[in-house]
Amino acid sequence: MQITLNNRPESIDKIQLSVSELLEIKNYTFKMLVIKINGILVKKDIYNNTFIKDGDDVMVLHLVSGG
Amino acid sequence: MTFEEIKNKLKNCTVGIAGAGGLGSNCAVALARVGIGTLIISDFDIVTESNLNRQYFFKDQLGQKKVLALKRNIERINPEVNIITHDIRLSENNIVDIYKNCDVVVEAFDLAEMKKMLIETFLSALPEMPLVLGLGMAGWGKNNDIKFRKSENLYICGDEESEIAEENPPLAPRVGMVANMQANTVLEILLNK
Repeated sequence: MQITLNNRPESIDKIQLSVSELLEIKNYTFKMLVIKINGILVKKDIYNNTFIKDGDDVMVLHLVSGG
Repeated sequence: MTFEEIKNKLKNCTVGIAGAGGLGSNCAVALARVGIGTLIISDFDIVTESNLNRQYFFKDQLGQKKVLALKRNIERINPEVNIITHDIRLSENNIVDIYKNCDVVVEAFDLAEMKKMLIETFLSALPEMPLVLGLGMAGWGKNNDIKFRKSENLYICGDEESEIAEENPPLAPRVGMVANMQANTVLEILLNK
């Protein structure tokens, strides 16, 4: 499938994948993340059963301390 | 736009600043200089010695409430700015109420979990509010790593990776770069409206 990940086109060799699987494939190991799919917030407790489809626009924001 | 036209437009705008540390104090001062009408600033902390390496406070303000010290400093620069302060620890229970009437909210926390709280609370309760985030500015050098991107109403300023640590402290130059980048983003949002 073709998705947009953080404003960039991304090709993934799967028909469907969960948010958890995406994080694994992309090696996002950080614990402080904010994720949106098509502009809608996806909270951590539903990463396993929220699925990304072809054409979705996904934003993964890694929060780092400092300010 | 001339500076007069800019000031005329900005004087009717309200900007929320969530946190009055390195990002918040410097961002608020930049916005005050260009003539923002109202700033709503919240922080629960007091000024300490360790803040002076990057935050817009002075040695003789040690021990003062950050929101009050910052209000005084801004009034010395531009007394026309209306400054509303909240000496409070922001949380998911109060943040929307405090900032709901703003045109833009600047995320200026130090801790990642507080940044997450702000983003998630607004995306759930008030998803159309423009949020200007400061993410990743510890250390020194690496000018080109500091960047900007936008994702709908999230405006992200910083290198998005350098986390503060004992050996990688937040320092005035890079924190100031991101704070001013946030202020610059606020102007872009308000002046293009």
